[in-house]
Amino acid sequence: MDYYLNLLAWGDKGWGDELARGAMITITLALATLPFGVALGLLVALAKRSDSAVLRAAGTIYTTVFRGVPELLTLYIVYFGLQLGLQKAWKGLGLPGNIEMPAFVAGMIALGFVLAAFSCEVWIGALNSIHKGQREGAYALGLNKALAFRLVVAPQLLRVALPGLGNNWMVLLKETSLVSVIALPDLMFWTGRANVVTKEPFLFFGAACMIYMVFSVLSAWGLSRLEGRTNRGFVSGAGGTR
Amino acid sequence: MNWCQYPGYVIGNDALTNYGCRIFGGLGTTMELVAISVVLGSGLGLAIALVRLYGGVVSSSVAAAYTTFFRGTPLLAQLFLVYYGAGQIRPLLQDVGLWVYFREAFFCAAFTFTLNTAAYQAEVYRGAIQSVHRGQWEAARALGMRARHIFWKVVAPQAGMVALRPLGNELVIMVKSSAVASLVTILDLMGSTRFAFARSFDLMVYVFAALLYLLIVEIIRRVWDVIEQRLTRHLHTA
Repeated sequence: MDYYLNLLAWGDKGWGDELARGAMITITLALATLPFGVALGLLVALAKRSDSAVLRAAGTIYTTVFRGVPELLTLYIVYFGLQLGLQKAWKGLGLPGNIEMPAFVAGMIALGFVLAAFSCEVWIGALNSIHKGQREGAYALGLNKALAFRLVVAPQLLRVALPGLGNNWMVLLKETSLVSVIALPDLMFWTGRANVVTKEPFLFFGAACMIYMVFSVLSAWGLSRLEGRTNRGFVSGAGGTR
Repeated sequence: MNWCQYPGYVIGNDALTNYGCRIFGGLGTTMELVAISVVLGSGLGLAIALVRLYGGVVSSSVAAAYTTFFRGTPLLAQLFLVYYGAGQIRPLLQDVGLWVYFREAFFCAAFTFTLNTAAYQAEVYRGAIQSVHRGQWEAARALGMRARHIFWKVVAPQAGMVALRPLGNELVIMVKSSAVASLVTILDLMGSTRFAFARSFDLMVYVFAALLYLLIVEIIRRVWDVIEQRLTRHLHTA
């Protein structure tokens, strides 16, 4: 027992501080990706609902591609593709030395693209749920398109979209484990390293699973609190007070 | 020239010509892996859903803990836990004669994916069964049917209609998630493509793999539309 506790201890001998550092990177990456992916998802949703056929087609292609290609493959393509592109641009500009794509940025972009494709569907559902009378009413009051969206549609949107976006967040949290393959030292990366050094896979991968579980359970709790808050103006049960 | 070299030959890409056969072979492995896991997982998932719905306090909370664990942790962590963990308990596995299976990476991946998809499918089945109105049970019981008959003849067909769409989504997610199998030495579509990239440093092989994944996903989606049309044909008005 002491042996296992020592392995998980802080400091040089144990892996506790490494795992904690990795967990911090996991959380940081997920939090950094979230606003980017969700905002991009809203833009794609608006494109898919726009009057322009070109925008609609572009939106459909975007979601089809990023929902159909494995996240791991997207990550590789973004990481190596951006790496090659950056290096070409660097050489093209005649700059000295080499440039490296930071793994964190590559992970953020790849996961953000995927998150956008999935959150787009949530946004579309939410946008469809808002009665068009709301927009017409806003126009009748003299609000322009942007103001009507910001003051009338957006506040209602979040309430409807929140459960779906919450699911997206839970998926994202788990998907961050993939960035360990492009050498970003997240939780999965450090547990893998600890496994190689100590030959204690059950202990370390079990610990990683537990940490991810804690994140998931905490998120679920936080999300239900948040949902309660966004629904506070609505009577629970028979479909609200609309 | 083999048929699997044609795509690379036609677009004049050496890497794809040289590694085309490996990549298509990997596609076969991916489909095999997904088919095995999803089929076995659906049986296990249905069993778990039934335990959660109709089991006692203890068994239904065990089932709930099972689904929470497999849905709350990354598939990659689960796969590593099984794949590397099997090596750690090798003597134990040898004693019970399971080592011959667990020493194969393919078996470890199929095993993990089965347990994982079972947890997700269990939630789908549970939701679908719960969506059937209890009046259906009561009416069937009033007709004198037994519980087993009610479940299979009355509840299951209606629940199947509800479960179909999320099950299709789960199948698509499995196809995509199965790419992590490449990280435990399996040469599935992702693994053989990684191999090809490591040898050729040509990004086109990744793009080609992405197209193949898209193709599978699109085929699944089309097939699912046909099945849904068929299962809900009584709801369409002429």
